[in-house]
Amino acid sequence: MSDSPTDYNAMELMVTCASRLLENGRTVAVGTGVPCSAAMLAQRLHAPDLTVFFEAGGVAPQLPTMPISVGDSRTFYRGLMATSMCEVMETCQRGLMDYTFLGGAQIDPYGNLNSTMIGDDYANPRVRFPGSGGANDLASLCWRTLVVTNHDPRRFVEQLDFMTTPGYLDGPGAREAAGLMPGTGPYRVITDLAILGYHDQTRRMEVLSLHPGVTLEEVQQQTGFEIGAASELIGTDPPSEQELRVLREEVDPHGYVIGR
Amino acid sequence: MDTLEQGSGKLFTDPSSIAARADFQQKSRAMTDKVTTVSDAVDRLLGDGDYLAIGGFGGDRIPTAVIHEVIRQNKQDLGFAGHTSTHDFQVMCAGNLMGRGQVLARVDIAYVVGLEARGLSRQARRVMESGEVEFTEWSNYTLALRFRAAAMGVPFLPAHSVLGTDTMKHSAARKIVCPFTDEPMVAVPALYPDLAVIHVHESDPFGNCRIEGISVADLDVARSAKRLIITCERVISNDEIRSNPTRTAIPYYCVDAVCEVPLGSYPGNMPYEYYSDEEHIRQWLAVEEDLDEYRRFLDHHIFEVSDHQEYVRRAGGLDRLEELRRLEFMETS
Repeated sequence: MSDSPTDYNAMELMVTCASRLLENGRTVAVGTGVPCSAAMLAQRLHAPDLTVFFEAGGVAPQLPTMPISVGDSRTFYRGLMATSMCEVMETCQRGLMDYTFLGGAQIDPYGNLNSTMIGDDYANPRVRFPGSGGANDLASLCWRTLVVTNHDPRRFVEQLDFMTTPGYLDGPGAREAAGLMPGTGPYRVITDLAILGYHDQTRRMEVLSLHPGVTLEEVQQQTGFEIGAASELIGTDPPSEQELRVLREEVDPHGYVIGR
Repeated sequence: MDTLEQGSGKLFTDPSSIAARADFQQKSRAMTDKVTTVSDAVDRLLGDGDYLAIGGFGGDRIPTAVIHEVIRQNKQDLGFAGHTSTHDFQVMCAGNLMGRGQVLARVDIAYVVGLEARGLSRQARRVMESGEVEFTEWSNYTLALRFRAAAMGVPFLPAHSVLGTDTMKHSAARKIVCPFTDEPMVAVPALYPDLAVIHVHESDPFGNCRIEGISVADLDVARSAKRLIITCERVISNDEIRSNPTRTAIPYYCVDAVCEVPLGSYPGNMPYEYYSDEEHIRQWLAVEEDLDEYRRFLDHHIFEVSDHQEYVRRAGGLDRLEELRRLEFMETS
């Protein structure tokens, strides 16, 4: 058997890519779904000492199954601590949280996110979404922000309808100028087409790694703004047999996230 | 302290700690039996025009009985703290656009409309897109911090969040400079709700409460509120409280009413008691798509219902209770 099976779906690839970015011995604030699956997968493979936090107060659960809510009892099942939202957010604010995972209805070239509304009048939104939740706090306070999202031009837009959550705002130095903590900010975007990062100087999104069978042209077509490629553009390793087995059998046996 | 920048959002409550102290000065410290019914508590302690905060986390440890009673008693013109308010917000929205006046008038938003991974509430969207509700934007931490400031008895607290975003722009927060380090920070105003409602595991008749599992923002919500209704799974004795005071999460002097409501968080999750009834919550989301069906659903589950036990029975919760308990304790079925 080959170690790179071709039989996997986009969600399995995204979860796998996300899990690989989580280093052992680090801390991560996650939500339900893909982020939680990625952390669980990382813990079972290369990062057994990855500590998982849920913003509602769950710390280091031994997750037996996927939580439905960021505050349900799974999020502190056999955990180290069942505490408060302020305690978790202030752990981030003190500089102890390495990663967080976010999503949104829209993302712009600087990694800013919209999860508040679609329309051009804040008071009369065409579509009202939930708002920040903990997203703005986590993106402001954690060291590295990762985004996992599907890749299409309606999501990847030049101009957000509402900037709920800070990425690099309008470019280099903008976070620091606004008063956000130095050294924090967007790190990676994982989509069904590619892994994206941010250019060191311009802070604009760029393609770091193309998923198997995906071309740079396709990524550009599915992106609503001009996107460049990193000087050393690489290809994404497909999920290994071991990654897929653990993901399917241990992390998400009911297929809630990976849809199998 | 100079203000560098000011959010354009409305401040729906007075952040003054001096004004709040005057209210707290009047609050009874008597250790009296506060056990009463949900309908009496809501009738006495919530007035039209008041500002309401709900404990828990949207669909986890929520005081469902009180939320339904607020809708049944048709309280009008309320302010509301949308602090990860999911199923609870969805139910509150039943009081708007349904021909019974307007329950929700002002909302501080950290998270509303959505039910996390379950999707968006159609009714909550209708209400929030109608233009009849005023709202101001926050984040989960900054809204939690507003309760903490109030609980501390100070008019604001600083943080390193929300700066540089539209969330800040549409909040009522201010950007200030730290007087010690010159760092720019956000200052968020204390939030003193007129009434808070929190569901807990156990309370004695005076309101000394125990909470199992995460507390979310509830320790601060309890202390920030001018009036507080506790619903609990069980009323326990004062002797039991005194046998282990370390476990007391909310003290009696914050509490105005204690209502014993077994299965009180249903259809939400209650840690170490029962898991959420996802089937019923899915049904609630589905019926909102059709207004006639939604109206019949509300009649059947709220308006024609006398108390929480009857609601749980009608919603199928009693039939599913054993299953929800098994799910909570991770016993695979």
